[in-house]
Amino acid sequence: MNYFRAVKDNAARQLMLGITIFGICFLVIIGISLFTKALPIIKEKNLWILLTTGDWRPFKGDFGFLPFILSTVYVSLIAIALALPLSLLTSIYLNTYSSSKVRKFFQPFIDVLSGIPSVIYGVWGTLTIVPFIAKYVAPRFVEYSSGYSMMAGGIVLAVMILPLLISILLEVFQAIPQEMTDASLQLGATKWQTIKKVMLKKSFPGIIAAIVLSVSRAFGETIAVLMVCGNFAQIPLNLFDSCYPLPALIANNYGEMMSMPSYESALMLAAFLLFLIIVLFNAISRITLVQIEKRFYM
Amino acid sequence: MILSALIIIAVLLFIVGTVVYKGLPSLSWDMITKLPGGGFYLGKEGGVLNAIIGSFYIVGGALLISILLSIPVVMYINFYLQKNSLFANITRFCFDILFGIPSIVFGAFGFALMVYLGIRASLMGGILTVAMLIMPIMMRSLDEVARMLPRDLPDALLSLGSTKFEMTRVIVRQIMPGVITAVILALGRGIGDAATVLFTAGYTDNIPTSLGQPAATLPLSIFFQLGSPIEEVQNRAYASAVILTIIILLLSFAARYFSSKYSKNKI
Repeated sequence: MNYFRAVKDNAARQLMLGITIFGICFLVIIGISLFTKALPIIKEKNLWILLTTGDWRPFKGDFGFLPFILSTVYVSLIAIALALPLSLLTSIYLNTYSSSKVRKFFQPFIDVLSGIPSVIYGVWGTLTIVPFIAKYVAPRFVEYSSGYSMMAGGIVLAVMILPLLISILLEVFQAIPQEMTDASLQLGATKWQTIKKVMLKKSFPGIIAAIVLSVSRAFGETIAVLMVCGNFAQIPLNLFDSCYPLPALIANNYGEMMSMPSYESALMLAAFLLFLIIVLFNAISRITLVQIEKRFYM
Repeated sequence: MILSALIIIAVLLFIVGTVVYKGLPSLSWDMITKLPGGGFYLGKEGGVLNAIIGSFYIVGGALLISILLSIPVVMYINFYLQKNSLFANITRFCFDILFGIPSIVFGAFGFALMVYLGIRASLMGGILTVAMLIMPIMMRSLDEVARMLPRDLPDALLSLGSTKFEMTRVIVRQIMPGVITAVILALGRGIGDAATVLFTAGYTDNIPTSLGQPAATLPLSIFFQLGSPIEEVQNRAYASAVILTIIILLLSFAARYFSSKYSKNKI
């Protein structure tokens, strides 16, 4: 009887270990399979040329990723530029000024905001942001804009990354030891001075990590940007030009181009680029965050 | 600063408000109880029952797979390995990164995998891809719960002579409320995601009856209806968006309820 229990225990242990290792390998599997799919196009054309030219004519065999890469980067930068001040102020407020009651009251809002599916954000964007830009904002600066623009994408993305940004920033601020802020306050510094000189300084790496994480979230957003960005393969020149981020490119064309191997391979390259950038960004910021936790909890 | 906090609350209310305001007039009982009829996409009658059911089928299957995979992982790294073991931390790290991978990449990978295995766009493909998407969420939130569990419990079980496997069965029961919360969170994420199912699940006007058939999903149904030039169909997209929002809000409240219930019972 006991022998049987030991065998069962051992079998379960091996099985669990196997599943765990599979989970870890999964990351590598995704990377490798996307890369092998992307390999034909890299072999056919120079990778450098693919990444730095702007001509996108798949039926003639021109695959220049520059417009898509630039669109992705611009949209994400707009999003973070809009979202960072808001979320920084909010999380400082929640962490230092507000009572715990306010914090408890606020938490569900962040949860719901992070739970809303991206397609809903897309609907909201097309209903409000896009017409608003087309009617009121764009005419002041450019002659014509449909509203489906980089700016619309940036605003919608900014709202989408707010909850992530706030919750990481809150965690980062909470990792600062109480004694440190207490000491500063005791020496006669005002709350604002303490925030500026102690909190922000101490949590600087954490803030950077939070930014990097949210930027990588913004990079990968698909449906919402697909709905508000306009999807026109050109290098966007101003805020009101329509743009075409990488995920939207993949989503729009996948499945239609099965007949053209080089087209498919090019889209796989797009997916691989996204994967690579996001894994790198995530790895760096996660390591920073873990280190912060360690430093303060010693 | 209070202003910025208020802005955020206002934005949320604005989003939900806009969607509800636009969608409510076209929301009717038919929307949630009927399949799309003939000419549905031209503005004739019908509903999005196919998408609602399809979404739940896909997410249900994906949840099942991800629970079956993530509970062993969580048990292994928390209770089989020593505390603070390097391997456990590497595992957590990998799942954190997987959590950050955008759904479109999972979608592309899932599609490539399906082509390789020879599966057409189907319920099966959708389930597998969504499972990839929600497994990291499940695993990380279960891990948080498992880490909060007092160490005395496993110690007591082991000292009574149970094997580690028998111990995990008690522990799983102990963290059940946490499992439910994790399931609800993953459900919300899975139901709202469109990019993963875009290539893998296909789209259909019927309710799938087997794993090999394509399945419609709610986010995609919104997306396709919104792309139509006919106003009636667009209005219906808004109504579908209201349905999806209500589902998400309900799930979010449910998660909140269960997690608060759990924290009350904490030892």
